[in-house]
Parts: sequence; structure tokens; C-alpha cells
Amino acid sequence: MTTETAAPAAIDADAETKLTEAIAAASQAEASTPGAQRQLVIINWSGEYDKVMPTLIMASVAAASGYKAQVFLTFWGLLPFVKDEKRITGENWMQKMLSTMQRPGISHLKMSKMNFLGMGPWMIGKLSQQYNVASPKELLEACQLMGVEFLPCQMTMDMFGLKREDMIDGLGEPVGAATVLELMTEERTASLFI
Amino acid sequence: MSEAIHTTVDAKGLSCPMPIVKTAQAAKNVPAGELIEVLATDPGSVKDFAAWTRSTGNAIVEQSEDGGVYRFVIKRA
Repeated sequence: MTTETAAPAAIDADAETKLTEAIAAASQAEASTPGAQRQLVIINWSGEYDKVMPTLIMASVAAASGYKAQVFLTFWGLLPFVKDEKRITGENWMQKMLSTMQRPGISHLKMSKMNFLGMGPWMIGKLSQQYNVASPKELLEACQLMGVEFLPCQMTMDMFGLKREDMIDGLGEPVGAATVLELMTEERTASLFI
Repeated sequence: MSEAIHTTVDAKGLSCPMPIVKTAQAAKNVPAGELIEVLATDPGSVKDFAAWTRSTGNAIVEQSEDGGVYRFVIKRA
């Protein structure tokens, strides 16, 4: 619901330009205040529902709060970022078998505890609906809309035989540990391993 | 600068983090100095909006609660 205010007809174009310039200068001043922009770096190692959720929640709120938010997707934590509709991924039989044991995609997350052959995630899904908690898919969309950067781990991509076209759109370039270490040790940066 | 509400974010019924995320998304289209009204039912939003405004430089200019609905009026920085 958006309420549009009436156009300020009295303000002439010149004053408006000055105002725009002043706002731009002010926001620039804000950006250059002592210390760099605050950052949140998350190493998303787990592919389980109850761990991917806090990753997405923290990342979306960080981005919403003006932080630069970056999420490194490694090991099991990369699999939720495969397209939902991909069923079997990988090139050799072991990679293919792994993808059948843990179906990839953000809508197919298992729980780290109380999975009980899918009963756990089903009940959590029901409770989430009842209490209006966003689904992992909705949170991922919010993250991407807010500008959270997701960085796939190159080594994990290779090991699971995942190709760029297997992955959801909008991911960053695959990177390695050195890149993440550099991000984690930047100023005003909070780092989490989830 | 108008004292009228520029944009209303209805976050009633939504749980953390969506009230904040929705407000931040809406704030992108609100010019500096204009007011955003947020309606939420998440009791955690009281502390969360205080923290969010401190992080972003936006300011809560009005805050109230009526029948479990929290109302925040936030001035866009």
C-alpha cells in the first residue's frame, strides 16, 4: 500500500536539482565516515533446513540494515543453491548417487535433527505456515533482492560435478578459501560459520 | 518535507526477519525526509526496528501499540 504525496509544484527545477545534489553529498558523507561499510560474511557449510534458515535470515537482515552481506557456499551448503528442478546432478555415478541421497535445491532441505524420514521437515513446514515464517525459498529471494552476494566454492562445485547451469541464477563467481579469508579479516566484519 | 505518510508497510502477521526486510525494500523507494509507516504484530519488532534504525540512520519518530499491532513511523534518512 503506497500513499503518494502530491507533487511539490512550488519547488522549481533549480531548487530540486540543488536538493538532489545535497542529498547525494550527504549520502556520500555517510559512506565515507570513519571505517569502511560494515560487513557480514557467512560460511554456509550445512545444507540442512535448520542451518540454512539462520544463514538466510542473518544475510537478509544484514543487507536490509546496510551491511555488505556475503555468503560463501561450501560443501553441503552449496547443494541448496542448485536449481530446485534439478533432480540428478554430477557427471560420474558417485556424484549422481550423492544427489539422490541428498536432493539438491532450496525447497528440499532436510533437518539436522529429527528428520524422521521427512516427518520433521513436514511438521516444521506446517508450523512455519501457521506462524507465518517465511520459507527458505522466500528468504533466498529476499536475500537476492536485497543484494546479498552468494559465492559458490569452486572445489565443492568440482567435487559434486556441479556446473554453473545447475545453479540458481544470480550467484557470484566461484571462489576459494583465500578469497573468503580476505573477506573475513576485513575491517568492521562479522564472520559466521554455519 | 511533508508530514504525511509516504509509504505504509503492512507487516502484520509476519515473523522475523520479514518486517525488517519488507521495510528496507520499501525504504528504497522513499525519498529522504519522508515518512514510512510500519504495522507489525511481531513483538520482537520493537527491539528490531530500534536496532535497524540505528544501523541505517533512519529515525523512529513515532511508536505505539494498539491491540497487539505495533506501529512505527520512520523518517527516511
